[in-house]
Amino acid sequence: MKVRLRNPDRELDVAGPLSVQHLLARLDINRESVLVIRGDTLVTSDVVLQDDDVIEIRPVISGGAF
Amino acid sequence: MCRQPAVIDIRRHNAGFCGEHFLRLCRDQVTKAIEEFSMIGPGERVLVAVSGGKDSLAAWDLLSSLGYEADGLYLGLGIGDYSDTSGDHARRFAASRDLRLIEVDLRERYGFDIPTGSRAARRVPCSACGLAKRHVFDRVAVEGGYDVVATGHNLDDEAAVLFGNVLRWQVDYLARQLPVLPERDGFPRKVKPLVRLTEREMAAYCVLRGIDYIVEECPMSAGNKHLGYKEALNAIEQQSPGSKHDFYFGFLARASERFRAGIEADQAALRPCSACGAPTVTEVCAFCRLVERVTGERAGGSVPVELSAGSGVRPS
Repeated sequence: MKVRLRNPDRELDVAGPLSVQHLLARLDINRESVLVIRGDTLVTSDVVLQDDDVIEIRPVISGGAF
Repeated sequence: MCRQPAVIDIRRHNAGFCGEHFLRLCRDQVTKAIEEFSMIGPGERVLVAVSGGKDSLAAWDLLSSLGYEADGLYLGLGIGDYSDTSGDHARRFAASRDLRLIEVDLRERYGFDIPTGSRAARRVPCSACGLAKRHVFDRVAVEGGYDVVATGHNLDDEAAVLFGNVLRWQVDYLARQLPVLPERDGFPRKVKPLVRLTEREMAAYCVLRGIDYIVEECPMSAGNKHLGYKEALNAIEQQSPGSKHDFYFGFLARASERFRAGIEADQAALRPCSACGAPTVTEVCAFCRLVERVTGERAGGSVPVELSAGSGVRPS
């Protein structure tokens, strides 16, 4: 799957299937600090992401980057 | 039992919410905050401090959708592309909702922007920015006849500031760290309707409501210590959901009253700034001293404003 991270913008390729929770753990990202968006839809931690998904991990902390 | 798919899981509520129920939760939490702390009375006019970011646009959207008469105020800070982009987000939001946006440009009105102003005054940018925002928001609210200024401070903001103030036992700041600061002579009431909602929830609210906010952070906020406090609190929250809420609301319920004794003395000492007339405890207020230091001239007079969006514009 394509994973887009913001602030600074960069893109990663990650192999699926993988749950949102495990994706965040693998990238060492605190789930309280981000939204995970698949296409244009918010997804919860238990959703399993597939190889052909396009994912945005959007930081929500105002005041800097993660 | 809702059968729609969940779009957000909120661990402090131990629940997942579909889009419709999550939006209802946000509206209910704002209503509860407004009522619990007597933020806005019936028929009162609200001026929302708008930055183009998720929190201020969500606050404006929530207050408007709850039926409050809420106009926005955007302050142009002159921070390069960041200000251009954030201003565009604020204008587009106002136009899309047919809301009234008032604009004040710091450089045009006072002769400096935040990058040059903070350098010249040897203040960190966030300090100069906060000082300018407080001054202009107060001024426009008073001159425009608004009853209350609403800001987009959320639970994470308040918990992080509280954390920093407790770390250093900043007693004066603790006395003022409330969801409502009452109006005083020359100061409008200040309210924080989002205090019961986290910034993750506000970002989700914007996504679900189609609010196009600026995701990029202010380039001058790098190194802002509140970011570190937020990360520390989120690490605790991940281990112990609800900690941020308990920390902040526990302070309000059990400790905030103990720090208020000094406020009355400060209020008694307030007098009009000799340059601009705003209330201050010194002869010249901190903002006018900043302007004088940066430009060599004293600020003063009323704040000219520009109306930039919304067909519902009323004469001031």
